[in-house]
Amino acid sequence: MTINWFKYASPASFYFLAGRMLPYFTALAITLLIVGLYIGFFVAPTDFQQGEAYRIIFIHVPAAWMSMFLYVVMAFWAGVGLAFNTRLSSMVASAIAPTGAMFAFLALWTGAWWGKPMWGTWWVWDARLTSELILFFLYIGFMSLQAAIDDPKRADKAGAVIALVGVVNVPIIYFSVQWWNTLHQGASVSLVQSPKMATAMLSGMLIMTLAAWMYSIVIILIRTRLIILERERHTAWVSELKEGVLE
Amino acid sequence: MLTARNLECIRGEHKLFSNIFFSVNPGELMFVGGPNGSGKTSLLRLLCGLSSPDSGEILWNGMDIRDLDGDYRGMMTYLGHLGGIKDDLTALENLRISCALADCEIDENQAADALGQIGLAGREMLPAKVLSQGQRRRVALARLLVVQTRLWILDEPLTALDTAAVKLIKEILEHNLSKGGMVIMTTHQEIVMTAAAVHHLTLS
Amino acid sequence: MIWWIVKRDLLLAMRRRSDVLTTLFFFIIVVSLFPLGVGPEPSILRTMASGVVWVAALLASMLSLGRMFSSDYADGTLEQMLLSPVSLAALVTGKAISHWLVTGVPLVLMAPVLGIQYDLAGDALLVLTLSLLLGTPVLSLIGAIGAALTLGLRGGGVLVSILVLPLYIPVLIFGTGAVEASSAGMEFGAHFSILGALLLVSIVFSPWATAASLRISMS
Repeated sequence: MTINWFKYASPASFYFLAGRMLPYFTALAITLLIVGLYIGFFVAPTDFQQGEAYRIIFIHVPAAWMSMFLYVVMAFWAGVGLAFNTRLSSMVASAIAPTGAMFAFLALWTGAWWGKPMWGTWWVWDARLTSELILFFLYIGFMSLQAAIDDPKRADKAGAVIALVGVVNVPIIYFSVQWWNTLHQGASVSLVQSPKMATAMLSGMLIMTLAAWMYSIVIILIRTRLIILERERHTAWVSELKEGVLE
Repeated sequence: MLTARNLECIRGEHKLFSNIFFSVNPGELMFVGGPNGSGKTSLLRLLCGLSSPDSGEILWNGMDIRDLDGDYRGMMTYLGHLGGIKDDLTALENLRISCALADCEIDENQAADALGQIGLAGREMLPAKVLSQGQRRRVALARLLVVQTRLWILDEPLTALDTAAVKLIKEILEHNLSKGGMVIMTTHQEIVMTAAAVHHLTLS
Repeated sequence: MIWWIVKRDLLLAMRRRSDVLTTLFFFIIVVSLFPLGVGPEPSILRTMASGVVWVAALLASMLSLGRMFSSDYADGTLEQMLLSPVSLAALVTGKAISHWLVTGVPLVLMAPVLGIQYDLAGDALLVLTLSLLLGTPVLSLIGAIGAALTLGLRGGGVLVSILVLPLYIPVLIFGTGAVEASSAGMEFGAHFSILGALLLVSIVFSPWATAASLRISMS
């Protein structure tokens, strides 16, 4: 059986496909979240060095991973939209940005909460935290640029350029922050300290990562559907949808 | 030959025009008319490749202008209603730089000649900011005397010009048409020109 | 062709000298404010010097980005550049070079004087100046992308800072790193090599990305 992928590249068919997929991903996200949190809070053993406070990594680490992963995914779809002029991919890219920024912010926030009991200070200029902060800035830049442009076509393309420039720069920024950090040895504290993690810790973290992944898919699908409705509000199919003709 | 097929242009949520078909052959002139806001400037910007149509295609001798890219731009001169004139540069400097941008470098004597022909003799060394609106327009139009392009796309070239200048521009355009050039222009003024054929495209 | 653009922009800058001087004085004033904020203790000033001068240079270079394309945009010259048969990337390179000559070079020349205010030693002064010489062209090249993307947008000036300042970070790190390394008596050649590499990468990629951005903004 061959699937006609281009069929789903049209915003209208994607809208309905996404609508059908949403319940499954929502169910997956909730289940994984409950299982992951249960393992994180009740199954995983107390860390002998860090006590109970370490449990924040079950949110912190997945959030940090997702924020980086989503930036690459966003730049990929934005780039596809720029190269092949596919409107849907640009819409997906715009839908990803707020979720990515949210995860970057969450990673910074939980990093601070963890830092206070661990290092006795809310913020250290650790290489990873600093890179995460810059990643957060890059998300903000992408969103502000798109918000400032009224014409959606120009907003899509301009956003794509800045996302791609960001992707080229992320490794350079990461590398330079690492270098900077080793130069200023004072504040270097590694976030994941214990080399041997208990299996329960590791599996909890992986399940939480999957949960974050599913959550991202759910939110991005919902947001893409909203963007589609907004952009296509003058088309026939959206009017029919409003009148309840289509289901 | 410039051919447009089924052009459509959408600005925001407003459809400016659609189903535009035409072709302009060597020696032919096309007037683009229509009320304000009907998309005349947008159409000219599509034709010179500054923006791309929402559907349809524009062909130069059978090839899409987007594929021809720099080759097409080397064949075409566009004058928008912004003349590209810098206030702080003299008329001469303005002309030389705009020609250099069109990849047609000229020396000071050639530039002074062209400015003299277009009626700016003695004003070559004045900064553009002291020139009147019509004189600035003449500086921009002087480029047409120098360039060697086939296709001229002109957006309201006659605005702010006096009758003598209008007559002069008419002669320049007719000269280009007689050499087998093509002219596509918008204007609100009645002007009669001789050409192999004169088309009228009216946008509503 | 690049030469025509550079010549024209320098000519324009010469006829509007106040624009160049504003950027330079902004740089001088920002650098001079810091001692008033943190106190005149020479040892503190010495450690801060490279960072303060570099951050001020980033800000000064960024503030002048708005002018890079906006006047050409307003008077229609930019349209003519986009329609030129010459490659737009080459024209954009010319614009970035002239932006650097007009805003970057004065900062480089001023840096030693400001370094003296901060009690920097002769070696460190030299390294600071050289690091700015290598780093400021990168700022102009990267900034050109931001300037092109925000062309004609309301609030473009603030937006351009959000877009380009994060991208300036590597230049800041290695520029200040070179000065610190030399003050600590360490080898600073590596920093210069990396600044040079950043310059090469941005010479290759930035004109191309800027040209694409201009076409997007103008369509």
